[in-house]
Amino acid sequence: MAEFKTNPEIVQPENVVYKRTELLTPKDLSYCPGCGHGTAHRIIMEVIEEMGIQSETIAVAPVGCSVLAYEFMNVDIQQASHGRAPAVATAIKRLFPDKFVFTYQGDGDLAAIGTAETIHACNRGENITIFFINNGIYGMTGGQMAPTTLPGMKSSTSPYGRDVATMGNPLKMTELVATLPGTLYVTRQAVHTPSAVRKAKRAVRKAFENQKLNKGLSFVEIVSNCNSGWKMTPLQSNEWMVDNMFPFYPIGDIKVNDDK
Amino acid sequence: MKELRLMKGNEAFAEACIRAGADGYFGYPITPQSEVMEYLMAQKTHERTGMVTLQAESEIAAINMVYGGAGCGKRVLTSSSSPGISLKQEGISYIAGAELPCLILNVVRGGPGLGTIQPSQSDYFQSTKGGGHGDYKLIVLAPASVQEMADFAGLGFELAFKYRNPVLILSDGAIGQMMEKVLLDVQKPRFTMEEIRKNTPWATIGKTPDRDHNIITSLDLESIKMEQHNHELQKKYRAIEENEVRYEKFSCEDAEYAFVAYGTSARICQKSIELARAEGIKVGLLRPITLFPFPKKAIKEMTSKVKGILCVEMSAGQMIEDVQLAVEGRVKVEHFGRYGGIVHSPSEIVEALKKQIIGG
Repeated sequence: MAEFKTNPEIVQPENVVYKRTELLTPKDLSYCPGCGHGTAHRIIMEVIEEMGIQSETIAVAPVGCSVLAYEFMNVDIQQASHGRAPAVATAIKRLFPDKFVFTYQGDGDLAAIGTAETIHACNRGENITIFFINNGIYGMTGGQMAPTTLPGMKSSTSPYGRDVATMGNPLKMTELVATLPGTLYVTRQAVHTPSAVRKAKRAVRKAFENQKLNKGLSFVEIVSNCNSGWKMTPLQSNEWMVDNMFPFYPIGDIKVNDDK
Repeated sequence: MKELRLMKGNEAFAEACIRAGADGYFGYPITPQSEVMEYLMAQKTHERTGMVTLQAESEIAAINMVYGGAGCGKRVLTSSSSPGISLKQEGISYIAGAELPCLILNVVRGGPGLGTIQPSQSDYFQSTKGGGHGDYKLIVLAPASVQEMADFAGLGFELAFKYRNPVLILSDGAIGQMMEKVLLDVQKPRFTMEEIRKNTPWATIGKTPDRDHNIITSLDLESIKMEQHNHELQKKYRAIEENEVRYEKFSCEDAEYAFVAYGTSARICQKSIELARAEGIKVGLLRPITLFPFPKKAIKEMTSKVKGILCVEMSAGQMIEDVQLAVEGRVKVEHFGRYGGIVHSPSEIVEALKKQIIGG
């Protein structure tokens, strides 16, 4: 870890107002500075810590930027093959119905190669939580077009912008899974401002609490930026996300079935 | 008490898996093995032993469910037939890479492609040489009877956990579909949480304060570590070759010629031996029971006694390559195959022996 200069007079136990959750390992995150993954990791791990369920949690990491989530999330965790995390999580939950089981997946993983596994886990009403990080691009492999890339949006495999006539339309997986009877709670959140982070964290908490009800799958999309893949500064990418991603992927609850 | 029943091979396997203490089955229908899941569903395994039986949306999802369950230290399995097993290859490679124990049944049908639904042995290469990507080996068991379909469920789980390695049972449509009497083992208990904790300390069952978090993965971006991991895998495969070779010999004591055949082909060869011996031809059979590890030494030793070997396979000639490597040119080795879903007749095997080995 990097060494930071600190003022020992200020760093005293009585002055602590906030600290990194111990459910994140001390390893440096592999994400680009400015990317939303780190914040998404943090709020999920904070919720697990606050609920006191570390020993009851089994996570499933995807293939993509967050393939190394198992390095950072200090819970028992399996790394699934590309797109198959919901199938892996299905088996874990069926074999351990009392554990808290979640997947953490990007848009390429969840909405392209893993479409079948996502839809069927949702449709069976597996009592798990799916966290879906949507940044509209394949970040890990260097910025190719994703199923969620916006019309006209440039990527390395749509260098002149996504032409929907030849490349198809972006897929709104979250709206799609909300139509399935097996989903209990479907929401879309973001982590670009402190207020968005607080709301997203409440959604994460609700998604985990739902597993105690045994009434279906909770699906939490987090619309995120990819400043590297979008070729922008972190600030520009967040502004671009608000101006372009949010109109297409509106933030808020899509399905809240509290009396189900 | 052991129990004697008349069962189909597929059903005997399913029943034996329940009795071996299996925790989970994940599958997708495909002929000629659908009886496995049908039997488990009819048995209400969840009520009977607590075993989960789940019909997945695809063979791909099923093998990844196996990955998830195996990563939790549970006894889990899947079954399929050739085209479905092809779909599972990526998942099998991940399971081998992450060193997870599990059981996979392939009730082989003729290929390539959608092929046919009739029995075949044309998946030998896929089963024993890799199948998926990367340097890995499965332990491959080849049953030749309904009894062995049952016996290899228990043996398969035992070997899978002993070596933290996937075990493939390479059967075929004939053995899966035919009915024979079978002596079933008594019910074994499923693993308790204490046993999982003790016997599979690597399993992801929830991080406790006394240990670091457990990670199930086949990934390491540092090549030097991945090479080391591969060294360890190869060491394990050598230990398996050292300890787990299984084969059976019939009528080999005075044999001047030998068949090498596994599974259904080996059953037919036993009849061919009767026919040939009635004509005064002294022929025996070596039946590999494990295809990996392959009984190389036993085949090599046989070359000091026999003048020629006929490999009888329901394929265009796959196992013969391993026989040739074991024989190292000491005696003549020929292949006689029927394929695309056709099964040899005992008499045509005798004719092939005469023509290709004795007269050739």
